[in-house]
Amino acid sequence: MADPKRPRPMPTPETKHFWDGTRAGELRLQRCDACAKVYFPPRPFCPACASQSVSVFKASGRGRLFSYVINHRPAPGFTGEYAIAVVELDEGPRMMSNITGCPQTPEALVLDMPLEVTFETMDDEISLPLFRPVQG
Amino acid sequence: MKPGSIAIVGAAETTRLGSIPDMSNIQLHADSALNALRDCGLTPKDIDGVACAGESPVNMAHYLGITPTWVDGTAVGGCSFMIHVRHAAAAISAGLCKTVLITHGEAGKSRIGINRPPQPPSTLIGQFELPYGTFGPPTMFTIPVLRYMKERGLTHEQLAMVAVIQREWAARNPRAAFRDPITVDDVLNSRMIAYPFRLLQCCLVTDGGGALILTSADRAQDFPTRPVYILGTGESVETPMISQMEDFTSSRAFRVAGPAAFKAAGIAHKDVDHLMIYDAFAHLPIYGLEDLGFVGRGEAAQFIWERNTSPGGKLPMNTNGGGLSYTHTGMYGMFALQESVRQMRGTAPAQVAGAKISVCHGVGGMFAASGTIIFSNQRP
Repeated sequence: MADPKRPRPMPTPETKHFWDGTRAGELRLQRCDACAKVYFPPRPFCPACASQSVSVFKASGRGRLFSYVINHRPAPGFTGEYAIAVVELDEGPRMMSNITGCPQTPEALVLDMPLEVTFETMDDEISLPLFRPVQG
Repeated sequence: MKPGSIAIVGAAETTRLGSIPDMSNIQLHADSALNALRDCGLTPKDIDGVACAGESPVNMAHYLGITPTWVDGTAVGGCSFMIHVRHAAAAISAGLCKTVLITHGEAGKSRIGINRPPQPPSTLIGQFELPYGTFGPPTMFTIPVLRYMKERGLTHEQLAMVAVIQREWAARNPRAAFRDPITVDDVLNSRMIAYPFRLLQCCLVTDGGGALILTSADRAQDFPTRPVYILGTGESVETPMISQMEDFTSSRAFRVAGPAAFKAAGIAHKDVDHLMIYDAFAHLPIYGLEDLGFVGRGEAAQFIWERNTSPGGKLPMNTNGGGLSYTHTGMYGMFALQESVRQMRGTAPAQVAGAKISVCHGVGGMFAASGTIIFSNQRP
């Protein structure tokens, strides 16, 4: 379980499908039915062409480490030094996350290393999508 | 707006900078406003346009006793004041008002009278960034840099050199907070804040403010100060979320605002004598130099390393010492504008001899917004 002091997201009508997905162990993205753009963060229309015909789909959960910092002054609910990372998903969009399952050091956190999603439960409603190095 | 048709006739900072525990946020606005009015011999009754960020124009008009016919409360972070200058110039040109006061004040250090609610957990930032432990600008503004380093070959030493050279400028400025010389090793040995950023690559946190007074250039001769003409302006925004910045090696907002200002001014880069690029963190001058077209992609760090922007260099930049060494209240853009005005008036502590054109480029939020103003002391 995540530290209860960690800032907790509050879903809105436009993002509910995303947080329903993480609770079910799925990373859900949206794709425009008109221009095929895959986008994040969630909204009920396409940011590329403004079409309101969009579909939610289960993403692969795979991506690569795009950039990060290692924070040395922990935020509430965090301890020690930890990476605040941006992951570029295989489907194209980028999202902020944390990297688990490896040391939080520049040596271990190599840009473009392959990552896969994992879910950390905060409470009954919220699970956060985190990423870990792909094994092997 | 015709280049040179609007001028800055009044400009001043708060009397003090740094730690001002006896003034609230709104009083810092007022202190700089009263100093700017005194600078050009006006009173609040002479002002009919008000623009500010950090306080609403309602607060400032009431506090200062102004009855405006035009207000602008654009608040998009530290470059809000560049955008206010742009909007004010357009408003004066359109006849919406005649004399505009732009104020900044921020009790960034003492935190007296600041009303800044936390980011709600239902916003996009609250849902998709805060849960991952972001903790203020040092953990967000800095995130793109490792990508820049990998793609453009920027080294830790080059990133450190930005702070070293700005300290050289600060050493020439009696009002700068930090004036003692530093070396690349000093920077790289300073306390780690958010890898790869160390303490000396992050801005100060201070109390202070600044204010500007604009009017039409045709009236500028009526004032006791040397007019500083506005040649060109630009503005844009990109995203509130650093994770959603389109290109981690370049700011889209910079690439829109900067060229728009150059095009409006009708000048080329070789015409620029003096440059301010908002430096909340050491990478910003690097992004700014490239996105504004002063150098090519990936060339800015070497350009700085070779001392082109240092005292005696061909493109003097951040000559007050910048947000890294002069002062940084939280929304530093006003201080960059003040230094451009001083340089154009010929009154800067580290005056660039004979400077005629100054480019002042601001950032707001974490690469969220941008504003660029090009000044001259010559009316075209």
